[in-house]
Amino acid sequence: MKTKIAMTGAQAAAEAMRQINPDVVPAYPITPQTPIMETFAHFVANKKADSELTRVESEHSAMSVAVGASAAGARVMTATSSQGLILMSEILPIASGLRLPIVMNIVNRALSAPLNIHCDHSDSMACKDFAWVQIYSENNQEVYDNTLLAQKLAEKAELPVMVMQDGFITSHCVEEVEILDDEEVAEFVGEYNPEFSLLKDNITYGATELPDYYFETKRQQADAMEKAKKEFIEVASELSKLTGKEYGYFEEYKLADAEFAVVAVNSSAGTAKEAVGSMRKKGKKAGLLKIVLFRPFPYNEVGIALKGKKIAVLDRSESFGAIPPLCAEIKNSLSGEKVQSYVYGLGGRDLTVQEIESAFDDLMKGKIDNKTKYLGLRE
Amino acid sequence: MTTFKEIALKEKRIVSGHTMCPGCIVPPIVRIILAATDKEVVAACATGCLEVATTIYPRSSWNIPFIHNAFENAAATISGVEEAYTALRKKGKIKKEIKFIAFGGDGGSYDIGLQSLSGAAERGHDFVYVCYDNEGYMNTGNQRSSATPYGASTTTSPVGSARKGKQNFRKDLTEIMVAHGIPYVAQASPSHPFDLFMKAKKAFEAKGPAFINVLAPCAQWGIKQDEAVEIADKAVKSCFWPLYEVENGKYKINLKPEKKISVGEFAETQSRFKHLIHDNEMLEKIQKNIDEKWNHLINLEMEK
Amino acid sequence: MKKLKSWKEMKKAGLVEPASSLSNKTGEWKIFKPVIDHKKCIRCFKCVIYCPDLCIFEKDEKIERNLDYCKGCGLCAKVCPVKCIAMERARK
Repeated sequence: MKTKIAMTGAQAAAEAMRQINPDVVPAYPITPQTPIMETFAHFVANKKADSELTRVESEHSAMSVAVGASAAGARVMTATSSQGLILMSEILPIASGLRLPIVMNIVNRALSAPLNIHCDHSDSMACKDFAWVQIYSENNQEVYDNTLLAQKLAEKAELPVMVMQDGFITSHCVEEVEILDDEEVAEFVGEYNPEFSLLKDNITYGATELPDYYFETKRQQADAMEKAKKEFIEVASELSKLTGKEYGYFEEYKLADAEFAVVAVNSSAGTAKEAVGSMRKKGKKAGLLKIVLFRPFPYNEVGIALKGKKIAVLDRSESFGAIPPLCAEIKNSLSGEKVQSYVYGLGGRDLTVQEIESAFDDLMKGKIDNKTKYLGLRE
Repeated sequence: MTTFKEIALKEKRIVSGHTMCPGCIVPPIVRIILAATDKEVVAACATGCLEVATTIYPRSSWNIPFIHNAFENAAATISGVEEAYTALRKKGKIKKEIKFIAFGGDGGSYDIGLQSLSGAAERGHDFVYVCYDNEGYMNTGNQRSSATPYGASTTTSPVGSARKGKQNFRKDLTEIMVAHGIPYVAQASPSHPFDLFMKAKKAFEAKGPAFINVLAPCAQWGIKQDEAVEIADKAVKSCFWPLYEVENGKYKINLKPEKKISVGEFAETQSRFKHLIHDNEMLEKIQKNIDEKWNHLINLEMEK
Repeated sequence: MKKLKSWKEMKKAGLVEPASSLSNKTGEWKIFKPVIDHKKCIRCFKCVIYCPDLCIFEKDEKIERNLDYCKGCGLCAKVCPVKCIAMERARK
């Protein structure tokens, strides 16, 4: 049975965590993720979740505790943003290399320097190569749904998963979220029964592998990431049966017959839907591709969805000196379609409907070249 | 009290086939400590000599569940294992009693690992932390750490015309851990194995965090491969490395040397100190520092 | 040369079986080896505990050493209270 409750994106993440009821949750505050941990701590204090909440002394220790707990056979979840994520980043490939199904909510925030607590995607994009499954969420509902999906997927794929949402825009704004029953979620995620655990098996985790073995272990990880693509769809369809919603690698919004497409992740996709609507009213065949699964990246499927269109990719992060990350993946999915790269919204700079419409205008006028353009920047 | 035979008859929790240096005293230290409890033990270990030499794929010298995570987070990692144990025990998924131990070298405990050790101690997890202090980053070839003694020559504090070895006195991690107010803190040496065993036993039995700092003389100090134990003994007898415990804030010195030897007698056994032999000024500075610290310890023991 | 496992054959995540280092005979490089005079030996077990390679043990009421692992460090000889262990050349 589903219930509709008004809540913020952070609360949606915390609610999903509460229903999953992990064994261990290491917690360290950082804006704008803090409300997730505060809400969850409230749950624990009022016996609405019986997780061990480990209030660590840094994000690095948060992920280290997560690795220790997960290797010991516990279900582990945590959350962070920006500098915290980068501080943890030493341990991210360790979590993935040890094939631990840790689930982490990332509330996207810009990276220092300069210090900025507002939204952009530079934090999670910087971690795309650490072999964590990456799922982006447009709104509070998706944060909730994706967190549940992530938990089951992590344990199936034996890979850690991060679920993103926009800092402040999604995390601090109230929307209606349809949540499942506690029992439904408990049944969906099931019991966690790892193949190995420090508390049950006499086993060594984290050995040194010299050049004669390291390559093979990494190949296993690459294989697991590949398989995760299919497993994502399997888990998504199981979740579908409970929520009645469709899930996929991406959402195609008025894309099928579109001549001009915008590609985006997270909340800007919502803004883009408005722009698509207004372009359509003017008789223009505009559409949106909203990427949900970023790692592993669904190149073939994206290529099919964007075939024959003129494309504007909106990146909320730079890859300084190179093509921005989302645009790079989109370009790699295509065979000859023209792509204009845009960077927008760094450090929480707002993205307006008009700015997205101007991107559509560029596409329609054929103003497409290899240089990254900027939306909302004072040139 | 125990005997060597009793320890020897226990099932080995660390086994042969590791690639520690010939004469390295760390494996015997680990063997003695792990023999001090009959309960099951799970170990975490920081990157360093002990970890690398005992776990080169596909071989592990550990006969107990073992996890290596990274360099600075042995304490955080074992905190996670212990939290999982608490959680799963509450849910009835684990019934047996398990003890938790983390090993770290001085690098992974005094320096890069200090934060996570402090955090784990403050949170009060029930675990034992053992620092095997070989006074330098030995796995990477003897670079100075904050545990390296004043005047010692290392590759990053070498003896040259402008500088003679490390310019600062070493950090006192044992006292830092006492300041955390944890139930049990101790300093031990492989030269006094039954004292070490007793301390390990108390550490495992303590309810909450326990910390033992064990001196581990290393080949890279410039000693012969069979000298580790006798040099550790000189460290104790010169009061360079006092054997003491702090149980719930109460100090107890386990050995007051009858005939205290000079720090020169300790230093002359190691080529990392050979430039000090004729440097009376530096030797005096070191002796003064050791005497002050020893007197301070005596006063702490006398306090109620 | 032992044939190494392919990535499909290896256990995931580099997990290692316990005590698997016993297959690594570390004694090949030693220059000296300990020789125990069993008549003098008082079976105090001190050498057993102090051996860095954990390769001294009791067998049939005698203290023996496993030369497969012994690196010839001589610590056993050094700590023996009755000096019943001599270090002799293990190879030319």
